[in-house]
Amino acid sequence: MNDRAKFQGLNCPLPFLNHDTVQLAHGAGGRLSAELIEKMILPRFSSAELDCLEDQAVLDLPPGRVAFSTDTFVVDPIFFPGGDIGDLAVNGTVNDVAMSGAEPLVLSVGLVLEEGLPLADLHRILCSMERAARAAGVRMVTGDTKVVGRGSCDRIFINTSGLGVIPAGVSLSASSLQPGDAVLVSGTLGDHGMAVMSRREGLSFAADIRSDTAALNPLVRALLDGGAAVRALRDPTRGGLATTLNEFAAASRVGIELNEDAIPVRDEVRGACEILGIDPLCVANEGKLVAVVAGRDAETALATLLRHPLGSEARIIGRVLDTHPGLVVMRTALGAERIVDMPLGEQLPRIC
Amino acid sequence: MKYLTEYRDPRLARALLDEIAATVTRPWTIMEICGGQTHAIMRHGLDQLLPDAITLVHGPGCPVCVTPLETIDRALAIATRPEVIFTSYGDMLRVPGSADDLLRVKSRGGDVRMVYSPLEAIRLARENSDREVVFLAVGFETTAPGNAMALKQAVDTGLTNYSQLSSQVLVPAAMAAILAAPDNRVQGFLAAGHVCTVMGIREYLPLAERFGVPIVPTGFEPVDILRGILQTVRMLERGEHGVVNQYGRAVRDDGNSAARAVMHDVYAVCDRKWRGLGMIPRSGLDVREELAAFDAGKKFRVTDIVPAEPEVCIAGQILRGLKKPPECPAFGTDCTPMHPLGATMVSSEGACAAYHSYARKGLS
Repeated sequence: MNDRAKFQGLNCPLPFLNHDTVQLAHGAGGRLSAELIEKMILPRFSSAELDCLEDQAVLDLPPGRVAFSTDTFVVDPIFFPGGDIGDLAVNGTVNDVAMSGAEPLVLSVGLVLEEGLPLADLHRILCSMERAARAAGVRMVTGDTKVVGRGSCDRIFINTSGLGVIPAGVSLSASSLQPGDAVLVSGTLGDHGMAVMSRREGLSFAADIRSDTAALNPLVRALLDGGAAVRALRDPTRGGLATTLNEFAAASRVGIELNEDAIPVRDEVRGACEILGIDPLCVANEGKLVAVVAGRDAETALATLLRHPLGSEARIIGRVLDTHPGLVVMRTALGAERIVDMPLGEQLPRIC
Repeated sequence: MKYLTEYRDPRLARALLDEIAATVTRPWTIMEICGGQTHAIMRHGLDQLLPDAITLVHGPGCPVCVTPLETIDRALAIATRPEVIFTSYGDMLRVPGSADDLLRVKSRGGDVRMVYSPLEAIRLARENSDREVVFLAVGFETTAPGNAMALKQAVDTGLTNYSQLSSQVLVPAAMAAILAAPDNRVQGFLAAGHVCTVMGIREYLPLAERFGVPIVPTGFEPVDILRGILQTVRMLERGEHGVVNQYGRAVRDDGNSAARAVMHDVYAVCDRKWRGLGMIPRSGLDVREELAAFDAGKKFRVTDIVPAEPEVCIAGQILRGLKKPPECPAFGTDCTPMHPLGATMVSSEGACAAYHSYARKGLS
């Protein structure tokens, strides 16, 4: 946590309420609902649109095409090294909007709370959402809170939807890759997925791994302004780099070749993956982007990423080919070639 | 990374490949026993780099793959019971039984939980004294001591709501079955390094003697595997047989006697059915008769569940090294990791899954 975040964290003490935990009545629309919203939620998410407490936000958006995305967050555990479900929910949707090249502007927030959730936990999550939204420069403009009975959800689920406006002249798509393009990644892979798994499963050997959750819109802006011809951007979340590149290869009907030596993975993540029999290329990231740029601009794009704090470990990891369309292959460190397949589902740790 | 990068060093690997190429003068068929080795060979593309004269075939050393259908069906029958918390390592959850798998039982409300260690199941039993906690104890000699230790803890602490469904298997008996088959084509073995850390290398000496083959305990990184292959090829070329340890940093000749002791305290050697291979005498470990209260098969009376194995899949021939996955007509078409017909496609360490992940469609 940086100093500013710490200071902000100290600035939002848990408001005094008559309960320690979420009650069913907090979602019933009566006095307790109003108290929860007024004392806990509005102070965190204040914006001109939200503070009106109308049934909808009325937006004045700048001109341009609008990017719109939604995502629902159900992570277990809700607090993990490097982040929590709150900043994840903000950053996740901000990043989905930003990968179109759009500047994310506003978010909606839907909270589903389980009866019995400690209000201190809720407060901590809301503060984390507030910090993440501020860091990403987005406003929370509308929201909803529901409470469900104990056992009907796992403590807290959060849905966020986001809108952003795409600057004129920007057009990114998974289907626009061309042979000769270069594939870049903005930093190390697998940090988020292994941080969550290590906390969920109590893996003491992986205790140092922290989630990379971060809003990537400043990095996207830097990249688009940096002069490289960018074809496509995506944040490789669930399914990891392997899934993103397989989607790119299929959508553009091209082949992709990766260079195993160039793919950045932290030692502790690689070690945990080796022990569990999990491929870091298939593990989720929450603060990294994959960029495909014109081959001639590869070094320009790399230099732009490296100059930015969110891209300081960026690498050129591969190239787009006109052979084996739809397939992602990797040149192994030993000089052989293998397929990088899309994972089947959640990767399951092996027996031995 | 220490103990990893030095065994993936491309220069070392290249030097070993050159030495293998310089040593080999005629075709040899070598079986790597362990699924972890198969996985590493495919993941690093070692098969593409070896001389054409060397054929690697993939052995039965994937515990998920060789667990017989009857064990899966018994597990499913137990996991469906409302009083049971059924625990298993992750990669067993997707293995298809006759009509179902554990993940589907879970989705219908069965309490199926993935654990990383058999001791977690012990903890669950302590914390849930009103429930029956069952652990699916599969695996080779590598995992058996840990499973045994957990059961011993249950015995020592008087836990009465904990039991194991055991389908543990022993490698040397399977190697003997492969070598004794009339259609065998395996001429040398890379033995499973981690099995040997527990068992040592001595039990392989009679096998090497009886069948006249080289058996080389080997590790799991590219440099380990290439060293194992080089040693095996040297012995084959010279007409030698015997056991030579190429995994000295982990394997001692006499293995780990403390681990073996706890294993034998709890389990007895038994005849065992292997998926795809059939019944192999004295090839398994079962909970000892005097500990029957901890034997989930007996506790839940599921031992009469004995389904017939389906005929469609050639996993048996693959596990004996007679065929390679792409030779199966169903490979990659009717049989994929999404819809596995046989166990070798289910586990990430199964030979069919490794081929499907890393090498389908004949990359040049």
